[in-house]
Amino acid sequence: MVSPADSPLPPLFANWFAGRGWSLRWHQAQLLTRASARRSALLIAPTGAGKTLAGFLPTLVELSGPERNEGLHTLYISPLKALAVDIARNLEEPVAEMGLPLRIEARTGDTPAARRQRQMRQPPQILLTTPEQVALMIANPEARKVFSGLRQIIVDELHALAPGKRGDLLALGLARLRLLAPQAIAFGLSATVAEPDNLRRWLVDQAGGPAMADLVEVPRSLAAPADLRLLETEERLPWAGHSARHAMAEIYSEIGRHRLTLVFVNTRMQAEFVFQALWGLNEENRRIALHHGSLDVGQRRKVEAAMAAGGLDAVVCTSTLDLGIDWGDVDLVINVGAPKGASRLLQRIGRANHRLDQPSKAYLVPSNRFEVLECHAAIEAARAGEQDAVTSREGALDVLAQHCLGMTVAEPVHPEALYREVTAAAPYAGLEREAFDRVIRFATDGGYALRAYDRFAKIRRDGEGRLRVANARIAQAYRMNVGTIVESTMLKVHLGSAKGGALRYGRLLGEIEEYFAEGLTAGDTFVFAGEVLRFEGIVEDRVVTTRAHGKDPMIPSYNGGKFPLSTHLAARVRSMLADPSAWAGLPEQVATWLALQQGKSALPGPEDLLVETFPRGGRYYLAAFPFEGRLAHQTLGMLLTRRLERASLQPLGFVANDYAIAIWMLRDPSIRIAAEPEFLGRLWDPDMLGDDLEDWLNESALMKRSFRACAVIAGLIERRFPGMEKKSRAVTMSTDLIFDVLRKHEPDHVLLKAARADAATGLMDLRRLSDLLMRIRGRIVHHDLAQVSPLSVPILLEIGKEPVYGEARDQAIADEAARLLDEMGEAFGTA
Amino acid sequence: MRQAAQRNDARRPVPARILLAGHEVLLLPAGAAYLPDERLLVVADLHLGKGLAYASGGQMLPPYDSLDTMRRLLVLVHHWQPERLVLLGDSIHRQRLMEASLAPVAAELEELARSVKLVWITGNHDPALSGLPGEVAGEIELPGALRLRHEPAEDGHPEIVGHLHPAARLPTRAGRQRRRCFVVAEPRLLLPAFGALTGALCVSDPAIAGLFPASRSRVYLMLGEGLAELPMTAVS
Repeated sequence: MVSPADSPLPPLFANWFAGRGWSLRWHQAQLLTRASARRSALLIAPTGAGKTLAGFLPTLVELSGPERNEGLHTLYISPLKALAVDIARNLEEPVAEMGLPLRIEARTGDTPAARRQRQMRQPPQILLTTPEQVALMIANPEARKVFSGLRQIIVDELHALAPGKRGDLLALGLARLRLLAPQAIAFGLSATVAEPDNLRRWLVDQAGGPAMADLVEVPRSLAAPADLRLLETEERLPWAGHSARHAMAEIYSEIGRHRLTLVFVNTRMQAEFVFQALWGLNEENRRIALHHGSLDVGQRRKVEAAMAAGGLDAVVCTSTLDLGIDWGDVDLVINVGAPKGASRLLQRIGRANHRLDQPSKAYLVPSNRFEVLECHAAIEAARAGEQDAVTSREGALDVLAQHCLGMTVAEPVHPEALYREVTAAAPYAGLEREAFDRVIRFATDGGYALRAYDRFAKIRRDGEGRLRVANARIAQAYRMNVGTIVESTMLKVHLGSAKGGALRYGRLLGEIEEYFAEGLTAGDTFVFAGEVLRFEGIVEDRVVTTRAHGKDPMIPSYNGGKFPLSTHLAARVRSMLADPSAWAGLPEQVATWLALQQGKSALPGPEDLLVETFPRGGRYYLAAFPFEGRLAHQTLGMLLTRRLERASLQPLGFVANDYAIAIWMLRDPSIRIAAEPEFLGRLWDPDMLGDDLEDWLNESALMKRSFRACAVIAGLIERRFPGMEKKSRAVTMSTDLIFDVLRKHEPDHVLLKAARADAATGLMDLRRLSDLLMRIRGRIVHHDLAQVSPLSVPILLEIGKEPVYGEARDQAIADEAARLLDEMGEAFGTA
Repeated sequence: MRQAAQRNDARRPVPARILLAGHEVLLLPAGAAYLPDERLLVVADLHLGKGLAYASGGQMLPPYDSLDTMRRLLVLVHHWQPERLVLLGDSIHRQRLMEASLAPVAAELEELARSVKLVWITGNHDPALSGLPGEVAGEIELPGALRLRHEPAEDGHPEIVGHLHPAARLPTRAGRQRRRCFVVAEPRLLLPAFGALTGALCVSDPAIAGLFPASRSRVYLMLGEGLAELPMTAVS
């Protein structure tokens, strides 16, 4: 607390605070001080600490003074457009109550074009917006005028924004804003993270070498400890799977004991399943709703409104409710499945009792045995106040290409000046001039070695050597395609009918990923929008379904979740496993399971790698327990399989989850290991990240996926272009073809480089894989077993539920064709 | 036929053999058809210059598509040594850009013209071809009244056609897979598009499904090596 005498608050504000029974908090005072000293700052505070008000107070104070009231003063940027709109509403109240003569407006993709144009002509004093809109505004020829008087930039949820491509785009946008408005300072608002320095650098100009924004961190003692524990369940804990079916009765009874419960799950499919299961138990007619990103917007808004009005007892939701928005009186958060990271868990717990002075209450519901360990580790981490780190990243080249084109749309710019400008943004501080030039060449005419497209160049040089956009059509196409969010292709889901073979569609229920719809055949049932639906077929781009009354869904698609286990939690799980004295807090079934493993094989040590080999069903298995997350394990599986193939052990397949990996083969690896003691060490040698990786990568579906995103972001493919809406279903096909042609004819192209970098960090977790391989050198513990070990059971249960990649897909088609032809025999003759 | 699906010789792609209007027709895994009795090779929808056409609109697709397409075509011609090569329409993506589209593959085109007699069938993308080596025609007819033309016609004649860029989806243990394909229902054969950057249309689309009665149509999916033969009812 700050005493009235030292308060940096003017009387108007002090009275307003007093009128609400509030006093100025320490971090709010800190930001006021930084603003008067014109210093940028990173504010780290737990959810519920009044971060947003802290960010805006200096603006409001400054704008309450007599000297200035015209023009854009503060630009607030949030990752969620709903958040921008929400905050605009929340600010209206203090502004009205204090009688401040201010215009506050939100600007998102949903803002009508006429209003957006007006916002450029007559900007409000406070504008709340998204990274994409910032990109659009700075590419406007009016940008210099609009932003000339800007004094304050506020970036909300910085911990969520900075680590991705949207963060790259916004960092470049900030670099431009600093040029247009050198007087402006930036505040970043962030949830608690380990190693905040990366975010501090992100906020400020790096042109003069590494610089950091001030750090304002709310001391931990101000945050109340959470009532955080595992939800105890009666039924047997499953070995594998992600449905958490065993815990539904307990979850349901907790809902009855609380005012409003949020049930968080990791995927949409889990949400559907849990929702379905809870309604199956709902004898007391509790008001339980469903909220996830694939549902129709209207339906989601209804749930949000009902929640705010106190008309619900529970909401089953995915991370769509993760970020910042205040949803009223939540008094219990239940997290189903493993939280995957300590920070994510804290974020979700923060939903309960959105106030600092009351303890938040949160229960974790692991859906299988390994998740028990992981949840336990997450709880320990949360109690110790430990967080996952936000690592620094190298800015993506596809984003840079988009930004550079945008800057030539704004006004002519010298390449030298543009290079200086972009390297002032932290993600691009290390960008070589040569790489920058390649990106400019790419943005100009595709940057191909074969200079075939000079005459179609999108960027031209004027008499002074400045870059400028070639024509108005290119400028318009740029504006229509701005942004870095490349969604997976979605198909609309409709209720409909299938009478006499003709499909008709009716009411819209929401959207599902195309790949999921593609996997369905007529008659399959699945849960969506809280109902069991029967898949009838796809008409145009719409999935037609009918109600499948009272049936259990046949498609159990519970993918573990999008996020791999964090490095930090993985280390905790490993050390917990290795230390039987830490098992006391675990459910008895789990402790028994671990004890059994210790007897039959061994437990992985905190720094070791446990490798088991055993025969089963005529095949030989190799199981290992690196705990490095699903992505790194999948990559590892691909690479190890290639090596085992070369060692003539005839591998047939592998399976990977967040904790373990298992490979099965026709020849016995334990014989080889016994004969050649160095065999295992060589198998796991870090040199697998060399040529093997390169070969595999080039064939991999992961590369095609990241290439598609890069091609869209970099502007090679336009999602929307003037006069036409390109269907993204068509895009999927053509970027794969482009990838094939490019790889064959110009493998060093800058876009392939960008795709490779993306795949390496995002989809394959190469950094973690390489850390693992270095860590376990000389530390592999091998146990040759007569049968499967207790620890290996869960991973073996996942066999057959894994996606198949690469060449194996062609084989799957050939096998299916052979099977069908055999089945039909002579009835289906050959010509 | 079965061996194509079982991939018993992964290195040497095995063509599938069908009969059409009394002709033996080999469906080649590279996406072309060969008629041994006529020594005639036929490919559809090269779309040469597609990258260029997109670039002229601001989307800088790799300028290597025409080269890639022509080189694959040359490999086929050298392997099968046909007397005639029929290009089944839409050989040029944008007729207006024909010269610029062919310029980067001038040498390949010359070599092609030296190796085989070229027959350019006109398509909707290139309705008025001229100045090309070889012959230009709206369609040609082979013995047995077999017509080779760009678009399917409902005139009851046996035909080999292109235009529709067929692909088929098949549910497998690796999820639903989609591949370019041939579609056959006596007396009609629909070829996949041969061009490097050509998109594809699913066979369940009315434009294709309407021409091929599901009960007696077959598809041949192009795998990396070989073809997979399937009844139309198994794919979408």
